[in-house]
Amino acid sequence: MDYFIELFCSGITRGAIYALIALGYTMVYGIIGLINFAHGEIYMIGAFTSFIVATVLSIYGFPLLAIIVVAGVAAAVWSSAYGFTIEKIAYKPLRHAPRLSPLISAIGMSIFLQNYVLLAQTSDFLPFPELIPDFAFMEPIAHIVGSSDLVILITTTVVMIILTFVIKFTRIGKAMRATAQDRTMAMLVGINVNNVISATFIIGSALAAIGGMLIASHIGQINFYIGFIAGIKAFTAAVLGGIGSIPGAVLGSLVLGLTESFATGYVSSDYEDVFAFALLVLILIFKPSGLLGKDETQKV
Amino acid sequence: MFTLKEIKKTVLISLWFVFLTFPLMVIKVDPIEKTVLWRWHNALYVAIGIFCIRCLIEFFRHRKQQKEKKKKNSSDDSQALIHRILVDPRKRNIMLGVLLSLVVIFPFVFDTYQTNIMITALMYVVLGLGLNIVVGMAGLLDLGFVAFYAVGAYSYALLNHHFGLGFWAVLPIGGGLAAFAGILLGFPVLRLRGDYLAIVTLGFGEIIRLILENWNEFSMGPSGISNIDRPYFFGINLSLEHSILYLYYIMILFLIVTIFIVNRLQNSRLGRAWIALREDEIACQAMGIDKRKTKLVAFALGAFWAGVVGVIFAAKTTFINPASFTFLESAIILSIVVLGGMGSIVGVIFGALILILLPEYLRALSEYRMLAFGAILVAMMVFRPQGLISKIRRTYTFKQE
Repeated sequence: MDYFIELFCSGITRGAIYALIALGYTMVYGIIGLINFAHGEIYMIGAFTSFIVATVLSIYGFPLLAIIVVAGVAAAVWSSAYGFTIEKIAYKPLRHAPRLSPLISAIGMSIFLQNYVLLAQTSDFLPFPELIPDFAFMEPIAHIVGSSDLVILITTTVVMIILTFVIKFTRIGKAMRATAQDRTMAMLVGINVNNVISATFIIGSALAAIGGMLIASHIGQINFYIGFIAGIKAFTAAVLGGIGSIPGAVLGSLVLGLTESFATGYVSSDYEDVFAFALLVLILIFKPSGLLGKDETQKV
Repeated sequence: MFTLKEIKKTVLISLWFVFLTFPLMVIKVDPIEKTVLWRWHNALYVAIGIFCIRCLIEFFRHRKQQKEKKKKNSSDDSQALIHRILVDPRKRNIMLGVLLSLVVIFPFVFDTYQTNIMITALMYVVLGLGLNIVVGMAGLLDLGFVAFYAVGAYSYALLNHHFGLGFWAVLPIGGGLAAFAGILLGFPVLRLRGDYLAIVTLGFGEIIRLILENWNEFSMGPSGISNIDRPYFFGINLSLEHSILYLYYIMILFLIVTIFIVNRLQNSRLGRAWIALREDEIACQAMGIDKRKTKLVAFALGAFWAGVVGVIFAAKTTFINPASFTFLESAIILSIVVLGGMGSIVGVIFGALILILLPEYLRALSEYRMLAFGAILVAMMVFRPQGLISKIRRTYTFKQE
């Protein structure tokens, strides 16, 4: 039973992280109908930035709390800057191109960013500094739930609540929802669609950066390639929940996290990544609209 | 042309990129030694580099605009030189003859090393032509193309290892198995829209690689399979040098067959159905084209070529392991098709030769190979989506009597 609870908790933690990345996919898809392939790389850049900042600060002897805050903010700022720039370079000129063009451009961007980080930094695995201390009150259940699991869960929940608030009640959130519904109509009523798209990329990237930092300190090491697998898994989660739907992305992520955790725990850990891919293929075959998504009808 | 305002904007953009690349380019930390390396010179390189790139882009945009202005006055549509040659049958025959003789004497002029590189380049030409059927003609973005390549390579390696089957016997089997894998994958996923299809094929490619890596009893895992036979020449076991020569000519022959078939396909009923399907699925179905069957055939044909090249790859290197079949390989083949021009046979040939041969001869820059491939994909889509050598659409002119 302990083993079951342990797997359940690690599944929820995984799911929470996937959710942070999947939200970026789903928001961008909702607004411009593009699978932002480079989103996994944004997450990786977030992890790298927080790694660099945290290590530099810890070398210069700053206190732990300051390191966490500065590294988190730096990761979010730079990832957002990357997300913003990528959209301007690779997607904006292609907004009216055939559907395949922005997708190919996104794949190119993803490969470019991976190799950019590889060349600018290193191809080795880097040890991520331990940012989350072991809490004393977690001691009795530490063998089942770690402190970092708890931190990840709390952070994710807080971020989700803020995001829901932003989308539901602020001006930019309203503009985003309007643009997602009908871009032309949103333009007609005076919404600056370019700004809305930029804002979407910035918010999505910041979420991915926070996810990157959390998972890097949870796992304890990073390299330039982590964005690829994480990106595909988060995409799987977004599709599972119904792409374009924000609660769907969270639900899909939790389902995926639990599936992976139980499958690796009870079946085989060699095929960890295969389960996610197999799940993706299965959903797309049987229910392409996802758990909470709406069916899309094609019109001529 | 370069007004003060433009220069100011360019400087601002450069500064933005300096900010953007600051943590990754300037700071390098060593977490074990606890040292920080500040590489300020990199910031300068970024600034200068971005400044120059932006100037170049603006310069070309300016020139293009002027050209378009001129074009409006004189209405001539300038085609690429290669197309003008191909249209005239006499010029075309001369060019093909010259090319063929060049290709035939190539191994006698250059050494084995060069021939070996050329075989690799030719393999990528064929892979590019195979993917071109799927991506260029049928408009299905297949990111797991390398999986079919792996199926071909492993079917030769395993059949040779366990049953001692020869190269020529496995060549059609490898292609057939790959085509079968293509149909197997295609059946469920082809009704998906373009972007989903891309991700599912990518997932499929990774699944195949992960299975090859982990299923030790079947594929011998990450250590791979070695001592695969080279092709026999009518039962004679050739020396290394001769077998490379032999493979080179096999590859040439195979390439000619491929070009012939693909060219015929393009103008066939099926080829036109692919193009129609790419342009508008619903209209195409209304015209009575079986969407699923047409797409499946494109998938299977593309996979067939990948499988055959996989067999040749296994025979060439005599050693394969799952590391040769990563997503990057699919990305390289996709870059070839995109650079050359989607749907354009001549374009794909040029694209493959440029992308494979250039990094071989510019060894110093080979580190930047994948960086360049990524940049090429983006730049081609933004600036020249039709590719270096765009295809010419078949047109019918109406002649009044």
